[in-house]
Amino acid sequence: MSEFLQQLLNGLSLGAIYALIALGYTMVYGVLRFINFAHSDVFMVGAFIGYYAGKLVPAGTIWGGLTVLAAAMLGCAVLGMTIERLAYRPLRGAPTLNVLITAIGVSLLLEYTGQVFFGAAPRNFPALFPVKNFAVGGLVVSSNQLLVIAVALGLMVGLQLIVYHTRIGTAMRAVSLNPKAAVLMGVNIDVVISFTFGLGSALAAAGGILYALNYPSIDPLMGVMPGLKAFVAAILGGIGNIPGAALGGLVLGTVETFVSGSPWSTYKDAIAFAILIIILLFRPAGLLGRFTVEKV
Amino acid sequence: MLKVTDLSVSYGAISAVSGISFTIEQGSIVTLIGGNGAGKTTTLRTISGLLRPRAGRIEFLGEDLTRLAPHQIVARGLCHVPEGRMIFSNLTVDENLTMGAYLQTDPARIARNRDYVFSVFPRLQERIRQMAGTLSGGEQQMLAISRALMGSPKFLLLDEPSLGIAPRLISTIFEKIVEINRDHGITILLVEQNANLALEVSRHAYVLETGRIVMQGESRQLRADPQLRATYLGG
Repeated sequence: MSEFLQQLLNGLSLGAIYALIALGYTMVYGVLRFINFAHSDVFMVGAFIGYYAGKLVPAGTIWGGLTVLAAAMLGCAVLGMTIERLAYRPLRGAPTLNVLITAIGVSLLLEYTGQVFFGAAPRNFPALFPVKNFAVGGLVVSSNQLLVIAVALGLMVGLQLIVYHTRIGTAMRAVSLNPKAAVLMGVNIDVVISFTFGLGSALAAAGGILYALNYPSIDPLMGVMPGLKAFVAAILGGIGNIPGAALGGLVLGTVETFVSGSPWSTYKDAIAFAILIIILLFRPAGLLGRFTVEKV
Repeated sequence: MLKVTDLSVSYGAISAVSGISFTIEQGSIVTLIGGNGAGKTTTLRTISGLLRPRAGRIEFLGEDLTRLAPHQIVARGLCHVPEGRMIFSNLTVDENLTMGAYLQTDPARIARNRDYVFSVFPRLQERIRQMAGTLSGGEQQMLAISRALMGSPKFLLLDEPSLGIAPRLISTIFEKIVEINRDHGITILLVEQNANLALEVSRHAYVLETGRIVMQGESRQLRADPQLRATYLGG
């Protein structure tokens, strides 16, 4: 039983990171109907901003850690908005395939520019926050796991408030439901798309920092695998659906962790993806996604 | 109030509207009639900024609209009820109306607009919590018009309000269009394939054929025109 709870806790903390990244994929899909493959590299840049900013604040303090987190989120928000402005906006109205290929190009650009500037060798990510292990019953709870869950939960609540209780959030939902109609209501679509990229990228940066705290070795290609899994999580939850992305991330992280702790751990990715395929066979629109019928 | 001069619009190499000019006076209902592909919807979409003209000028209250983005045009009081209605099907009737008031900042005014909309279309009030996608075609059209009214328009562009609606509701909707024009002095540009109805409610009409204005005048007189009757009014 304690083994089960331990794995559940590990799984939820990994899943929370996937969820943070998945939110960015799903929000951008919601407003633009394409997958921003460069998102996983924004996640990587977030970790590197954390690495460098971490040198400027005393290590192992809560305020230092939170400052670094905020700096990485801000930096990546600007990066995400810049990518949208320079790479995707000129292609507005072009076939989705063109935008997808561009996204792959931006992704490679970030990865290899990262190798030029940061070097290809892995670096050791500093312990930004105080680290402590607690023994609760038979469980070992690390402060990092609690941090991941607390930060992810806080950001998701914040996101929910933005999307459902602010004007810009209302505009995001309108664009996601029907961009043409949103424009006719007076929504400035450029501002909404830019904001969506900023928001999604900030969440990816937070994911990058939290990931690096738990797996403290970072390199310019570190985003590839978590990015792919978060993308899968977004599909699993129902692409375009915000609570779906959060749920998908948690499910995927938990499944992966349980498989890792089993005798079949070598096949953890294969099993996780097989479960995804099976779920999608029965629910093609994802766990919380739904097909909609437009009356014309 | 609205002055269109030598407007030309094309989709790539294909010209949809070729040098049309017309003016619409404040407080009137004016209609653009014509068959499929005549350029009616293109004209409306260009006025509201969804399409960029190749040439020509669109002036609204003395200001050139052709360089403005669609949201800036809405902010100037020009609201477009699009062809096919484009309501937010996954939102409730209430939420659709809230979206219509997106640029409105004065809560008192929003409340007034909402009351007015319900007085014009009481049926929407009965369905306020219902998902907009589950409304009938006619109710969706009422909602689309109401949503535009929530934006406190000075000028309404209505694209084919009779399309896909039960015949019984068409006359109701047209009565309401006249009522909206009369109650609030909202100027209306109406695009319709149903020329009979359009000429009945409008003061002035322009007939479009393959992107050109081929006939214009008082709606009353056009209804009596033998050539127009033969082409558009079924003899």
